[in-house]
Amino acid sequence: MEDSALSNVKVLDSSWYIAGPYCTKLLADYGADVIKVEKPGEGDPARRIGPFFNDDRNLEKSGLFLHLNTNKRGITLNLKSAEGKRIFKEMVKKVDIVVESFSPRVMPGLGLGYKVLEKINPKIIMTSISNFGQTGPYRDFKASEIVEYAMGGEMYSSGIAEREPLKLGGNVGQYQAGTMAAVATLGAFYGVDLQGEGQHIDISIMETEAGDADRRSTHIMGYLAAGVITNRWVPPREAARIMIMPSGVYPCKDGFINTLSMPTWFPRYVKALGMPELKDDPRFQNVYNSETAPEFDAIWYNWLADHTKQEVFEACMEAKIASAPVNNAEDVVNYSHLKDREYFSEIEHPVTGRITYTGAPFKLSESPWQLRSPAPLLGQHNEEIYTRILGYDKKDLAKLKERGVI
Amino acid sequence: MARLPLEGVRIVGMPVVIAGPFATMLLADMGAEVILSESIQHFPPVTRGAFSRPPQFIVPTTGGGMIGGTGGLSTYYDHWAGSRPWDRYVMFNNLGRNELSCCIDLTRPKGVDVFKRLIKKSDVFLESNRPGSIDKLGITYESLKEVKPDIIHINMPALGSTGRHSQGALFGAQLQALAGHTWLTRYPDLDYTTTQSFIFHADACAGATAAFAVLCALHYRKRTGKGQHIDLSQLETVIPHLGEAIMDYTMNHRVQEPLGNRDANMAPQGVYRCYGDDRWVVITVDSDKAWQGLCRGMGNPEWGKEERFSTVKGRMENHDEIDRFIEEWTSRHDNYEVMWILQKEGVAAGPVLDGRDATHDPHLAYRGFFEIAKHRETGVHLYPGISWKMSKTPLKIRKAAPCLGEDNDYVFKKVIGMSDAEIKELEKEQIIGGDEYVEGAGALQL
Repeated sequence: MEDSALSNVKVLDSSWYIAGPYCTKLLADYGADVIKVEKPGEGDPARRIGPFFNDDRNLEKSGLFLHLNTNKRGITLNLKSAEGKRIFKEMVKKVDIVVESFSPRVMPGLGLGYKVLEKINPKIIMTSISNFGQTGPYRDFKASEIVEYAMGGEMYSSGIAEREPLKLGGNVGQYQAGTMAAVATLGAFYGVDLQGEGQHIDISIMETEAGDADRRSTHIMGYLAAGVITNRWVPPREAARIMIMPSGVYPCKDGFINTLSMPTWFPRYVKALGMPELKDDPRFQNVYNSETAPEFDAIWYNWLADHTKQEVFEACMEAKIASAPVNNAEDVVNYSHLKDREYFSEIEHPVTGRITYTGAPFKLSESPWQLRSPAPLLGQHNEEIYTRILGYDKKDLAKLKERGVI
Repeated sequence: MARLPLEGVRIVGMPVVIAGPFATMLLADMGAEVILSESIQHFPPVTRGAFSRPPQFIVPTTGGGMIGGTGGLSTYYDHWAGSRPWDRYVMFNNLGRNELSCCIDLTRPKGVDVFKRLIKKSDVFLESNRPGSIDKLGITYESLKEVKPDIIHINMPALGSTGRHSQGALFGAQLQALAGHTWLTRYPDLDYTTTQSFIFHADACAGATAAFAVLCALHYRKRTGKGQHIDLSQLETVIPHLGEAIMDYTMNHRVQEPLGNRDANMAPQGVYRCYGDDRWVVITVDSDKAWQGLCRGMGNPEWGKEERFSTVKGRMENHDEIDRFIEEWTSRHDNYEVMWILQKEGVAAGPVLDGRDATHDPHLAYRGFFEIAKHRETGVHLYPGISWKMSKTPLKIRKAAPCLGEDNDYVFKKVIGMSDAEIKELEKEQIIGGDEYVEGAGALQL
């Protein structure tokens, strides 16, 4: 096996849903040995969330779960049973990192809080991911993607004026919390040698959003530095123009494109549109002339109507204009540039067969990303882990199973 | 005092716009010494402002700014660009905390020589230039390896360093479109042209993933002694954040469509108008139990008892009607009040916070999320703080963002070890040093 960046790192992962599993997916995909702990019989609730392979609601067929848990080994363990807790603590001795994403009272309530784990393994890094953090007035609050985006994120200025605020598509806030948790976890682990001991990391999804560079923190800062409250704006078509060149989302022959303009880019538009005569057009000599902007729009809209989003993209790439098609999932999977980079990856899964997965978020020259194994079946690695790592024999396993521990 | 996790790691950065600066910010927060390599001859657009000396008419005085309403993004402190606008640009100062700045003109061989001496004393070089462009200055991974064999070099352009579109320079908005995220973010009754959002997840995602990439390489180096090159395509960091939509296509050949503020599995979910001007609350009912909780919170109205609303299927089918009932109730209440009422009943609910609300939110305040920092040119302000808590090495804003060239002395004298005479000589030629842009400074054209 090729040496991976995190080949020597061992992680015990009792997290569920999206944020925690994405954190440990990043670690696992770059080589860490991640042991995922799930509830016997039920597993990670993400197994019950779609989309499902062939729309069959089966615990082993959730696309969300399959995506989030590649390269991990899976065991089942009942953390509520005394035996389960004992086994969990036993495993804490053998790993570097524990990641969990229960609500804040759960791990301490089980007797598995940081204070306990730290005594078992002083070098342990424990990362706790929760909706609002381990402390504070909201710590027991429930949340969802939209609640986190409303409170922590920049929902207030998302969407257009005169309409309600709009959520970003998908579950990106939770994914981002997982990404930030991975940064904090690996950073803290790097520091264990300096400190001589581990520590507890408290990830609040609300705060990962509030401190985020998706403009939330900058917009908050706009208020703190200049009293600016960033609000929802009119659509670009109706907005006051500062430049004659377009910025925003525009319709084209077969869909939509997003484009952005810098003040010096008029010659680039001339090139992209293939209309050299515009270069000397007296109407467009001052790019800040908002009165002639509609006349440029007329040319631009007409040109767009004759070109597909892919054609617009290619022409703008050629002319060095920041412009891109509004792609759907099919377009993304078939995007030629991603094929050049061999981005998507396939792997065989015992229940779904061969499926295409998203690939490496970055390419390391010496210690590459690898799709070594698909997400684990529920309890798939029980025998391997309980016998090889913890030294149980098959008879012990049968007993544990009987008592509902695993 | 406890040593910070990344103490002793030195990072030379040429990050631009948002994603790169976010990556270096996260590493600096954890204690890495991040030195920004800037220059007085070259102004990085959209990083330290739109222009080095912006005409006052583009300095926004309201929630909007140039390029169609970018709000806080294009703001200067107190709406005043001043004589040193690059030191007063809110976005840069927000992301540049805990970092240092020095000025080196990389377009001249003597500058490249100084730069390499800095690399020799460093662990990581992070940049987001178009792939291959910086080669023209004689700065390549290979040439950096010659002076520092275990250097980690990360380039994080929009589309990566190989492939047919690798030269494409895109911003967050276009990456969102390309990755399939814009497709999923839309009011269901309007088309994409009217669904303008200036919030680009790509910047946050690519920045955080780049910080993670650097940490992976640092770990690998610690274990093997080897540095490496990291090819990060910002686009490729975003696509995994949309995993379920991608999987639906690869598994089922289904293209997911936007849901607006609703959810595919839970109902009702939405944003509801509250008492006041442009005040909103969001609510997610994730189970039948939560539905009962919502009804209790609203005072058990008659309509809430209807059989057809008792299952998620029924609530999905009658979503519009339920939304009207809920809004009739929320519109009589303050959005925070709705949150407290419903959370007590076990329902996920929360107010939509604008920039001002967030700074006054009791929970963020309780957790000490906001911190005070003093900046040489702009004075004392509150800033959004560190995004997570570490129990033994508490992180904080140790210093405000650097003014241009603020740390020239430290970098050239202490880090590189240049003599005063040499510094004086190179400063005279404007190879190094300085703290204000020369007239007409524009982007580094590579």
